[in-house]
Amino acid sequence: MEWIFNPWPWYVGGPLIALVLFLLLFFGKSFGMSSNLRTLCTICGAGKNTDFFKFDWKTQQWNLLVAGGAIIGGWIASNYLTIDPSVLIHEDTIAKLNQLNIKSAGTAYLPEELFGMDHFLEPKIFASLALGGLLVGFGARYAGGCTSGHAISGLSNLQLVSLYAVIGFFVGGLLMNHFLLPFIL
Amino acid sequence: MFKSEAASWFRIYEMFQFKSFHMYGIIGSALAIGVVMIQLIKRYQLKSAYGEPIVIPDKAKSFYRYSIGGTIFGLGWGLSGACPGPIFTLLGAGFLPIMVVLVFAVAGTWVYGLLMDKLPH
Repeated sequence: MEWIFNPWPWYVGGPLIALVLFLLLFFGKSFGMSSNLRTLCTICGAGKNTDFFKFDWKTQQWNLLVAGGAIIGGWIASNYLTIDPSVLIHEDTIAKLNQLNIKSAGTAYLPEELFGMDHFLEPKIFASLALGGLLVGFGARYAGGCTSGHAISGLSNLQLVSLYAVIGFFVGGLLMNHFLLPFIL
Repeated sequence: MFKSEAASWFRIYEMFQFKSFHMYGIIGSALAIGVVMIQLIKRYQLKSAYGEPIVIPDKAKSFYRYSIGGTIFGLGWGLSGACPGPIFTLLGAGFLPIMVVLVFAVAGTWVYGLLMDKLPH
């Protein structure tokens, strides 16, 4: 039983994601988390002046349920299935993050310096989280999907355009990681 | 997502540093199973739980929207360390500051909706 409390290896996590894809297809749906962001816009009233958000959000309730499931899953996993949430990343990566003043690398699940309750309201940190969110939301909709919609669903269905999107994800991610983050952190 | 650490900012950072196989293993194994699964669904024309054929619509053809949109998404992914699925997972795990990312991701989607007619697709 101890394995369940330790971090799960990739060959457990990956197939579980494939299982989610299968279950959603089997029930006549599709796997795409960022569509929920559009639904949330509509619920907040974005349909009043923009056609893109004019649709009956109740048709998307099933997907909100998937997001709700992710919330419940995160709650169960962190509260009942985890003893030590530290993420043991590669020691070179820890050393690099320490240089960037992320001292919590290797001892926490998320960087304390960004997501800690004492830190996230600092103007620079708050602005970084907000900018990250804006880019994720804007980019996912512009690209017509996020990691689940393109990297998993789209590539599984051998969609060439999803490959363009995933290459974009990595071009953007590498630019941020190697050239921009050192200035932001 | 939580237990496999795919929702951890550190794992995303490490992935873009090419220092661990972990994230590539997760995405790669999900994808390998997914490809075989969808080929089997198509070949045997499997039916859904409601008895209807499973139809997976092709995505609209375009180059600009996927590459430009994808790159913008990647910049956000690299910064916040969270894509839309894990944002919900982290919320459930009790990391309240992720609400900032969620609220602004909704705002970003809204901005796209307002500007979409003016963007190259």
